[in-house]
Amino acid sequence: MLSDGDLQAIWLTLRLAGIVTLILLLIGTPIAWWLARTRAWWKGPVGAVVALPLVLPPSVLGFYLLLAMGPNGPVGAFTQSLGIGTLPFTFWGLVVASVFYSLPFMVQPLQTAFEAVGDRPLEVAATLRASPVDAFFTVAVPLALPGFLSASILTFAHTVGEFGVVLMIGGNIPGQTRVASVQIYDHVEGLEYMQAHQLSAVMLVFSFLVLLALYAWRPSPKRGG
Amino acid sequence: MKFFNTLLFVSAITLALPVHAEKVTIAAAADLKFAMDEIVTAFKKTNTSDEVEVIYGSSGKFNTQIQQGAPYDLYFSADIAFPRGLAKAGLAASEVKPYAVGRIVLWSASMDASKMTLESLLDEKIIRIAIANPKHAPYGKRAEEALRSTNLWDKVEAKLVYGENIANTAQFVQTGNAQVGIIALSLAVNPELASKGGYWLVPDKLHNPLEQGFIITKRAENNALAKRFADYMGSQSVRTVMTKYGFVLP
Repeated sequence: MLSDGDLQAIWLTLRLAGIVTLILLLIGTPIAWWLARTRAWWKGPVGAVVALPLVLPPSVLGFYLLLAMGPNGPVGAFTQSLGIGTLPFTFWGLVVASVFYSLPFMVQPLQTAFEAVGDRPLEVAATLRASPVDAFFTVAVPLALPGFLSASILTFAHTVGEFGVVLMIGGNIPGQTRVASVQIYDHVEGLEYMQAHQLSAVMLVFSFLVLLALYAWRPSPKRGG
Repeated sequence: MKFFNTLLFVSAITLALPVHAEKVTIAAAADLKFAMDEIVTAFKKTNTSDEVEVIYGSSGKFNTQIQQGAPYDLYFSADIAFPRGLAKAGLAASEVKPYAVGRIVLWSASMDASKMTLESLLDEKIIRIAIANPKHAPYGKRAEEALRSTNLWDKVEAKLVYGENIANTAQFVQTGNAQVGIIALSLAVNPELASKGGYWLVPDKLHNPLEQGFIITKRAENNALAKRFADYMGSQSVRTVMTKYGFVLP
């Protein structure tokens, strides 16, 4: 039913979304924690920059990433000096681009969840002689767990649906950058409507089942304080 | 009462705008960008009150959109097969008129492509070669045909990156992300790209001809401006512009 090309595209998409979600969990958590708890004056500007990929048209983001990661851009110059060539048209180039693209989808739910934790549980932990790091992992994280789940689901789903950015810097290479959204687009452009319908249906059903499972088992937010 | 008066006044003003100014929306293949811009500018000089809007993109995409009722009045396709298909389906209000024969070239922004041939693509220094997606972009199909007929396809396939349309492909090369690309001659001769690098004309016997044609869509069958523009395309000034931009005239 699905061609090898379709299956390859699906697998590539899942790999991309999975890796990006993991990377963003690592990068996004400290950013969200800082945004939730800081009183520094540059909290606003930082929050706005984090939210930028939400409002930037994906093709604009993709275009400027293409320039920046190319041999004449700052990122490209850096990667070339490391001897790894340039990032566009590679899987890892897509990973880097997707990290930017999906950043707000990880940070914002986490920030909200951390803000909901409030100061009290952490103050209590401190009085019980927990270090800040200890308190973070044993108090804040468990309380914010629903937020982690939402953030991860949103980030994963958003990366699966990524299209404009991929089109600009992907180069449509099978097995490297030909993700499912591009594969469906190719079918449509090539007037292969049957394949487009089939692949879209598979992606739709799969996404729905994943979301259903995760939301059904979503832990209810614990009351803090 | 005052509000009603204001509303009436504003409606009268907006509805009283010149009714005789017509509008035409043209869907044009990406390779026509520079040529069509110049043609439309010249056309507007003698038709000052008319609105001509051009949208550039891939011929394949426009074909699909027109089948689904997209609001284009004229459709210029880089592959004459698309408008022929639309005409067969009853979606054309005019005959399919050929307007040019396209050519493909090797182009690079970082190397001197004018000294290259297709065989040069095997060079190790060329890490990535950009072509338009052969599945739906006519220039991409011809690029693939040329590479296959010279037995180079299997050897260079791993280096290929595919652009969504020919303009996207040129962008990959222009930004240096692909060292070389196979793009439309009409894009390579434009001063903006020509100043960045030379080109090498791929012999046209290596691929099927890139016959390009246009139609007035069914939607615009009563649009007099569309007809005027279609007629204008046959004029000497248009033929001069097309030749200037590397389109061989049919």
